[in-house]
Amino acid sequence: MSAGTKEREPLFSAKNMKLIKTPINLSNPITVQVLGICSALAVTAKLKPAIVLTLSVIVVMAVSNVVISLLRNGLPPRIRIIVQLVVIASMVILVDQVLKAFVYDVSKQLSVFVGLIITNCIIMGRLEAFAMGNKPWPAFLDGIGNALGYGIILIIVAFFRELLGSGTLFDVQVIPQAFYDFGYKNNGFVILSPMALIVVGVIIWVQRFYTRELIEDN
Amino acid sequence: MKALRNLLDKQKPHFEKGGKFEKLHAAFDSVETLFYVPDKVTTKGSHFRDAIDMKRTMITVFIALIPALLFGMWNIGYQHFLSIGEQPDFWTMFFYGFFKMLPIIIVSYGVGLGLEILFAQIRNHEVNEGFFVSGLLIPMIVPPEIPLWQVGVAVAFAVIFGKEVFGGTGMNIVNPALTARAFLFFAYPTDISGDKVWIAEKLDSFSGATPLGNAMIGDFSNMPSAMDMFMGTIPGSVGETSTLMILIGAVILLLTGIANWRIMLTVFAGGYIMGLLFNLWGANAYMEVPAWQHLIMGGFAFGAVFMATDPVTGTQTTKGMYYYGFLIGMIAVLIRVFNPAYPEGMMLAILLLNVFAPLIDHYVIAGNIKRRLKRLKALTN
Repeated sequence: MSAGTKEREPLFSAKNMKLIKTPINLSNPITVQVLGICSALAVTAKLKPAIVLTLSVIVVMAVSNVVISLLRNGLPPRIRIIVQLVVIASMVILVDQVLKAFVYDVSKQLSVFVGLIITNCIIMGRLEAFAMGNKPWPAFLDGIGNALGYGIILIIVAFFRELLGSGTLFDVQVIPQAFYDFGYKNNGFVILSPMALIVVGVIIWVQRFYTRELIEDN
Repeated sequence: MKALRNLLDKQKPHFEKGGKFEKLHAAFDSVETLFYVPDKVTTKGSHFRDAIDMKRTMITVFIALIPALLFGMWNIGYQHFLSIGEQPDFWTMFFYGFFKMLPIIIVSYGVGLGLEILFAQIRNHEVNEGFFVSGLLIPMIVPPEIPLWQVGVAVAFAVIFGKEVFGGTGMNIVNPALTARAFLFFAYPTDISGDKVWIAEKLDSFSGATPLGNAMIGDFSNMPSAMDMFMGTIPGSVGETSTLMILIGAVILLLTGIANWRIMLTVFAGGYIMGLLFNLWGANAYMEVPAWQHLIMGGFAFGAVFMATDPVTGTQTTKGMYYYGFLIGMIAVLIRVFNPAYPEGMMLAILLLNVFAPLIDHYVIAGNIKRRLKRLKALTN
């Protein structure tokens, strides 16, 4: 495309902003596409690991999307999956090393789940579905949008699980001691994974209640 | 009664179409149906007429539960006074237990029916009697000292996530009463397991462990006699201790045809056979517990009679019922003997088989189709 025939699209055009907005609500990776559930169950018992994992996924996803988008024209289709995996894996190792260097305790809590970002179906899915056919800038926005859509759900789930399960937020006691003296107890069930699934279910319920276009007609 | 009918009739026009409280008609219906049989009948299309409707089914189960409930109330008192070393007369014990139980029952019904009416109102459908039995089952499967707010939270969880999200009464996958108990068991384990909770206001020096609790830690010297376990004068959840009272309930359910004898029988058979297998193996003291004793310990009988036979969550096919019941009995005893974290396996076994019931039905039906196809082929060839 030559500059003379078509006007350059502004960086934050409505179309580009949509790439960020849609995955947060209408095509949310967790609540609508039901991808990446595994980590949503595993790391959401406390807020801090959930936020760190969210940030890691944002970085990994944005960068891999851009890299694959840059490579897209020279990538032989038969080996594209392997190349995508290599890109994601290198990013994950980078993120893992940074976490180990700067927030060691959180990295310990997340343990294997940082490494498992490689297998997060959302990332592979976006590389295949979007980065392989779009320019770097939209690919970057799409990566940010999907990672945010994923992260928001993770953080909401973690908020309720930490509040109800441990009575804390970011490890700070928020439920006053008077409640406990009165007989209130932390809910041990919320700490277990099944409850994360139920919280995700409730989020889906609320989301569908307010977003009519998500309801299938049958 | 007449005055009540008049009152309802007088208010009724306000809640019908065009009335000023038209939007609240679901809530009105629910109050009316609580006291009277609605006068609505199906007017077109063919349908079966039968004396047994959901109201009658539910009230029969309710009646079947009464012996175990009354005994449970007396037993709360009996255990309490036994633990502090007193021996008052029958009515003192009964009313002690009665006033322990009453708040739990009120909370259970209050929260459960409140939520049912709320959902009926939002979804604009009739309130039905679905919670009538669950609301009584829940207080009967918890310890007498359970904190009331925990009962409320568990009932809310069970009604919303055990039932309403699937579409309400008759659509649930797992038994709502057991969902409530499982919720309590995992959420607040200190209030529903161990040896502190089963006797109301006991002295600390008195051991309050249930037979299952004793068996789990391998302490068989403190086991109550089989007669005590059968009669039910042992610590435990309110309704589950007396196998005798549960059997009276079972007779009522079987004579009226509300519960299916196949499921009930196979649950007991499954538990018994699993017990026999363990007797043969005999690797530790728990495995050597006589097989029949498993059937009178803990909540086995209660689960077999009142929980496993739930027609909504169980299997629907005749053949499927045998598998379903048998597996519940086997898995319950298996969990008891093998898993040190869960002294009672009945709850988990029933919930597990609830989930698998549709699968069992599917294969029974698929097998039937296959067999008949084969027969057809043999005939045409």
